[in-house]
Amino acid sequence: MKVWHFSEMAYHPAWDRLGESYRVIVPSRLYDPKIGADLYHRYLDEWALCDALGINIMVNEHHATATCSDAVCTIPLAILARETKQVRLLALGMPLGNRTDPIRIAEEYAMIDVISRGRVEMGFVKGVPYEIAPANSSPTDLTERFWEAHDLILKALTTQDGPFNWEGRYFHYRQVNVWPRPYQQPHPPIWMPVGSPESAAMVADKGYVIAMLNTGYRRTPGILDAYRGRAGERGREPGPDRFAYMAMMGVGDTKEEGYRRADQICDYVRTSGIVAPQFTNPPGFAAFAANVAALKAGASGRPARIQTRDGRPFAPRTATIEEFIDAGLAFAGTPDMVFRQIKDFHDYVGGFSHLLIMGQGGHISHQDTVANLTLFSREVLPRLAELSPAAERAEAVTA
Amino acid sequence: MTELRIGQFALDGVTIGEGPPLLFLHGGDYVAQNRPFLERLGRRRRVIAPRHPGFGPSPRPDGFRTIHDLAYLYLDLLDQQDLREVVLVGSSFGGWIALELAIRSHARLGRLVLIDSLGVKFGGREERDITDIYALPEAELRRRTFFDPAPVVPDYTKLDDDAAAAVVNDRQATAFYGWRPYMHDPGLLQWLHRVRVPSLVLWGDHDGIVVPDYGRRLAAALPEARFEVIADAGHYPQIERPDAVAAAIDRFIGG
Repeated sequence: MKVWHFSEMAYHPAWDRLGESYRVIVPSRLYDPKIGADLYHRYLDEWALCDALGINIMVNEHHATATCSDAVCTIPLAILARETKQVRLLALGMPLGNRTDPIRIAEEYAMIDVISRGRVEMGFVKGVPYEIAPANSSPTDLTERFWEAHDLILKALTTQDGPFNWEGRYFHYRQVNVWPRPYQQPHPPIWMPVGSPESAAMVADKGYVIAMLNTGYRRTPGILDAYRGRAGERGREPGPDRFAYMAMMGVGDTKEEGYRRADQICDYVRTSGIVAPQFTNPPGFAAFAANVAALKAGASGRPARIQTRDGRPFAPRTATIEEFIDAGLAFAGTPDMVFRQIKDFHDYVGGFSHLLIMGQGGHISHQDTVANLTLFSREVLPRLAELSPAAERAEAVTA
Repeated sequence: MTELRIGQFALDGVTIGEGPPLLFLHGGDYVAQNRPFLERLGRRRRVIAPRHPGFGPSPRPDGFRTIHDLAYLYLDLLDQQDLREVVLVGSSFGGWIALELAIRSHARLGRLVLIDSLGVKFGGREERDITDIYALPEAELRRRTFFDPAPVVPDYTKLDDDAAAAVVNDRQATAFYGWRPYMHDPGLLQWLHRVRVPSLVLWGDHDGIVVPDYGRRLAAALPEARFEVIADAGHYPQIERPDAVAAAIDRFIGG
């Protein structure tokens, strides 16, 4: 089992002044660059610590938001490529359909891969709907643009006898010739986050790693089944190294301490969806049938996607830490409890080799974050090797 | 529901009445709500009101990428039906198509009527000529679209699946053509002098999507246009005040 530490680099000091939208329409006067600088260095220190703890690093990006001050995912990745020596570096990731220049993406990933001596993992993401407005990218053909960018980036990274010509639907270059070429050959591994069986099947066609976020006990098994099913149709048997699951993580010397840390980190989920509704479902972003259903339901915006373990809608803004744990969205408590929860979830869904932990989030302090990651590394991480990669799905017994 | 064929494309839509031809190009939303207005126009002429391909029930034709494709498609329609002295009426997004059509060829046009049209950029780069409808809460969007939303906005929960799908597809198609540049063609203004056909620019006095001053500038930029305001109407005056708009068109054609 590989474990990855993720933080959104939240600018939480502004949260109590944001009202009903934490994204898109929040003016940057609420951001104090002096506090922001301290936060950037703090979050980078926490990632750098992971090199000694044996925990890999995951970064992401969002725009025009106080929930995530990482606006360019390859910037922290580049810094950490130099500050760390051992662990792998994942950006999950790069919003291909919202970036105007895929060649620049290939160059950024290739440079960091070389500087880190081959430790980059490339995440390609569609992005959440409220990224559409800041990028002003058309939501109606985002998927087509995403896949053309994907094809161009891969060709640019793997072509060693360039330049080549590209005159596609969305991108035009006559002399594509990316330097440097990546350290890992033919190219760094590719990850894509998925939230539905349909998208999992699409990624299975490519054989990439899928990452699941907030899918919990309820939705994770169907997504993994869809991936395995499609891969099987293609004559492949995907190992658990194709699957990554993300959860909030709070470990403590006592149950109370672990719960308190996880509860603070869960503020990531509690705040993440606070968005003015007009930005949550731009036309064409969601599947057509889902939009027809939403119109007929009299709803604007997307239906709640997170569910409790028994299938009820999960209310992230008010959910308690116990409810997060029950839904499989958080693992928290003492090291023994956390190991048990991970093992139960892992076995229930049928196994995965990548655990993405949100070891920092919300208002949790630097001291608590360091203690959280250190205790996890010392007391939980070694035991994760016990988890059989071929574990059969079993009814979980909640600790 | 009459099916019109243009080359390989089958267009849904309606043809109402007999007499000299009038082609109506609908806007991006509230398409079904145009019906009473079209009936009123159809008393004295043949009203051809297609649903744009890629809107309503039809999928977007493969090669269609910009609003220019829709303009050429309707030029083909005029040619293939051998329509002459056509009264071309465009509302909102449909007005934008009408302008794109008219700068390319007005050979088959007799009159042009633009109702709260989009399509032209007059202001500077930091001026928002056309309200960003995708950045407004739903209630605010309706308030800016109509003088009084209540009688117009349908109860979407009561629509059947096909009608709801048509609405979703209309909105999606509008976003496809109008997302960036936003609801306009940067090149259109410089060619408006080519619209050498008598034109009427009608505007709802309460339009909060494109304000009446935009309409005045549009009329001033056309070679032979007059501007009229429709009282107590928003962005779709032909829906809220069908008789007043039809009467204005009758006066314009008669005079």
